[in-house]
Amino acid sequence: MGTATLTKDPYNLIITGVGGQGNVLASRVLGNLLADQGFSITIGETFGASQRGGSVMSHMRISAGESWSPQIPQGQADMVVALEPIEALRVLHTYGHPGVKVISNTRSIYPVGVISGDNKYPSMDELKTIIEDLTESVWFINATDAAMKLGNPIFGNIMMVGALAKTGVLPIDRDGFEKVMLRTMGEKKTPVNLKAFDMGAEMIT
Amino acid sequence: MSQLYEGKKGEKVLFMGNQAIARGALEAGVSVAAGYPGTPSSEIIENLADVSKEANMYVEWSANEKIAVEVAAAASFAGLRSMCTMKQNGVNVASDFLLHLVLSGTRGGMVLVPCDDPGALSSINEGEARHFAKLLEIPLLEAGDFQEAKDMLKWAFELSEEIHNLVMFRSVTRLSHASGSVELGEIPHTEPQAKFVNNGFILDPLEGPIVSAPVGYKHGLQQDKLKKAEELFEESPFNTYVGPENPEILLITSSGATLYSREAIHLCNAKDKVGLLKLGTTFPLPSKLIAKHLKTTDKVLVVEEVLPFMEENLKVLAQELAPEVGQKTFYGKRSGNIPMTGELNPDLVATALATLLGDAYSPQDQEYQTKAAQQVFFNAPVRDLTFCPGCPHRASFWSIHNVLAADNREGFVCGDIGCYSMAFLPSGFSTLKTLHAMGSGTGVASGFGKLGQFGLDQPVVSVCGDSTFFHSGIPALVNAIHHKSDITMVILDNSGTGMTGFQSHPGLPVDAQGNESPALDIPTICRALGATVEVCDPFYPYKTQQTFHKLLEAPGAKVLVLRQICALSPEKKGKKQFEMSVDEDVCLGENCGCNKLCTRVFRCPGLRWDEEKKVATIDEVICAGCGMCAAICPSGAITRKEVA
Ligand code: SF4
Ligand code: SF4
Repeated sequence: MGTATLTKDPYNLIITGVGGQGNVLASRVLGNLLADQGFSITIGETFGASQRGGSVMSHMRISAGESWSPQIPQGQADMVVALEPIEALRVLHTYGHPGVKVISNTRSIYPVGVISGDNKYPSMDELKTIIEDLTESVWFINATDAAMKLGNPIFGNIMMVGALAKTGVLPIDRDGFEKVMLRTMGEKKTPVNLKAFDMGAEMIT
Repeated sequence: MSQLYEGKKGEKVLFMGNQAIARGALEAGVSVAAGYPGTPSSEIIENLADVSKEANMYVEWSANEKIAVEVAAAASFAGLRSMCTMKQNGVNVASDFLLHLVLSGTRGGMVLVPCDDPGALSSINEGEARHFAKLLEIPLLEAGDFQEAKDMLKWAFELSEEIHNLVMFRSVTRLSHASGSVELGEIPHTEPQAKFVNNGFILDPLEGPIVSAPVGYKHGLQQDKLKKAEELFEESPFNTYVGPENPEILLITSSGATLYSREAIHLCNAKDKVGLLKLGTTFPLPSKLIAKHLKTTDKVLVVEEVLPFMEENLKVLAQELAPEVGQKTFYGKRSGNIPMTGELNPDLVATALATLLGDAYSPQDQEYQTKAAQQVFFNAPVRDLTFCPGCPHRASFWSIHNVLAADNREGFVCGDIGCYSMAFLPSGFSTLKTLHAMGSGTGVASGFGKLGQFGLDQPVVSVCGDSTFFHSGIPALVNAIHHKSDITMVILDNSGTGMTGFQSHPGLPVDAQGNESPALDIPTICRALGATVEVCDPFYPYKTQQTFHKLLEAPGAKVLVLRQICALSPEKKGKKQFEMSVDEDVCLGENCGCNKLCTRVFRCPGLRWDEEKKVATIDEVICAGCGMCAAICPSGAITRKEVA
């Protein structure tokens, strides 16, 4: 067991996105990373509607000792990792508070209502201003485009994990990530995921 | 996943609740597991199927839940430990057999694991399996966290063997689909032998034939077994108490609500005032234990999901105990402190607790909340559920909808459970007009199809998935054919149980354990039953619509099989068949169809509308490359290029 400590106990992290973005995988990877360090983890996931363009959210509670509820109480998120920017805003509405931090992907996924012309999607500049106003610190990264360069937009989720590691809010690092990847994905898939992790980390300045 | 079987005793791992349940079964030495897929239960069988060879198990996806219980019961009758899993609705399906099984009793330990869905997060009802424990008169266990999910399941098998009857272990979405830290135990390595002994005396529960008669005698026996369980429950380590000796409020809870209750006490800073009695054995209630705790206070708050099952049982017990423990005041669902519908969360419990303590609980900074609410209201477009990009159902409903609209006789579609249920939403062109249990679309249609004599002249259509066809679609079709009901049944065959994650079914050439299996051909079955059958690919809408129209015109029961693999199936996922593009010069945009046919009407998420250029574009991140939009574009602006 490591000697890492948390800035807050429980530390409440939310990963959010749209079905099909690999939200659940990201939360599993993070959960395993932290569990390997001896933390007690609870992850609450909403999937079911997840494949069908709906909003998806994972709640992660990280604690040195206790098992916490799989649902974070309102207004108590410490960090929000958003694979889609509108979803960051949606999560802040319920779980945010003035001290919350956010890492958000900047690539939008349009809801059907926007595609059909019934609703409007705000511009990225507008969104950035709104989210900045609702957070203590925020990082915007274009993970999807970077992931496309790796050959598949799905790597965006691992980039977000790399970015999160770089912010230093949680005791997670590349070595721990590599171990988890080797155990869960095997040797063949680990290198490309490590690459994604590094690319994500590089995007945090 | 390998940790599920290879994890060693004492190792601490992060498990999803359903993995913890599967591991508990492995640690109990289960030999047979059967189930029907349904969220949130599916991963239990999936995980067990993955390790079935190493663990020397037989694991199957049965055609429906009743059969799953029958298969598991056979193993128990032969002396093996067995379990069956399903979502809440499944217990309704299985209840016919279950009512007999609980009378005849079991031999090898047998556990029924229904996973309820408070809040209907992925269901269209929030029915509770707990009430079946009462109806069936069998013990009910509910785990309060992930560790318990594993440990308690193992104990459930021992209990079942001790009383020789079925035991219900109920989970809920927030346990099954949440993950938490679990310390592993040992997996035994035994080689159980199956033998069905049936030549003993008729009343001998272990050697005689297995029947529910004589009912009076067996029913009495069943109630004795339940009494025995209650006695064992009095000492159960799964019932725990934390809090002061004489709490101001005694909070009694169980299952997933345990974690919410713990957190609510923390949120209200009320550790010194509130006692938390967590019950793992919720039916029958251990009366001595309850009496002991009721004596310590006058106020009781009951926290559970969804209906006041435990609350009502506690009240009956408290009334019986009144001479001993005095009169108590109960708070919970009946008093309105805890909502009667939907799932709970820490905030709801904290609010209830704060009210009883005379405080107010405000979860969020008011100013922040107002500001964020405004931003969401004005700037965050809702994300309606829709069929995935490349989903064959969108294509199918496109054709069904268009033909019915052109037909002009107000034809309608009766549906049931599957991804295709979403066709009652705009993404399925609002085509579904009734939506009930699995297989009910065709059953209801069969009824509508007989109303011609009362003047009903609307074409009647039903839709049914391939897994559902085997589950409960066949009897409904049989009924329609036999009664010469005028219906067109559309079987949306996407080669798997798409909604729950591609579990196998009798129409596929593979079983749960990955063995090669005979695939039953749906069109052949329907033809053998006597229906007129046509098969089309929904990605060819012209042919599909022509065929569907022709079938609609014919009398009697007809079947149209629309066959195209789900976009998320392992064979297709991530692989595009076509590279799509829109020719900006050809796209008619706002002048097309009734204004932007592809984005405004067809609504595949893989398409985007370019506000500036006023043309449709393809979102390469989202598009699954199915080619369907090229088939519907009236001007031929969308082109597809086969991906090498
Ligand atoms: S259907 Fe074809 S012509 Fe009409 S808006 Fe779409 S791409 Fe343009
Ligand atoms: S090819 Fe067209 S219909 Fe198929 S997923 Fe792509 S955008 Fe959607």
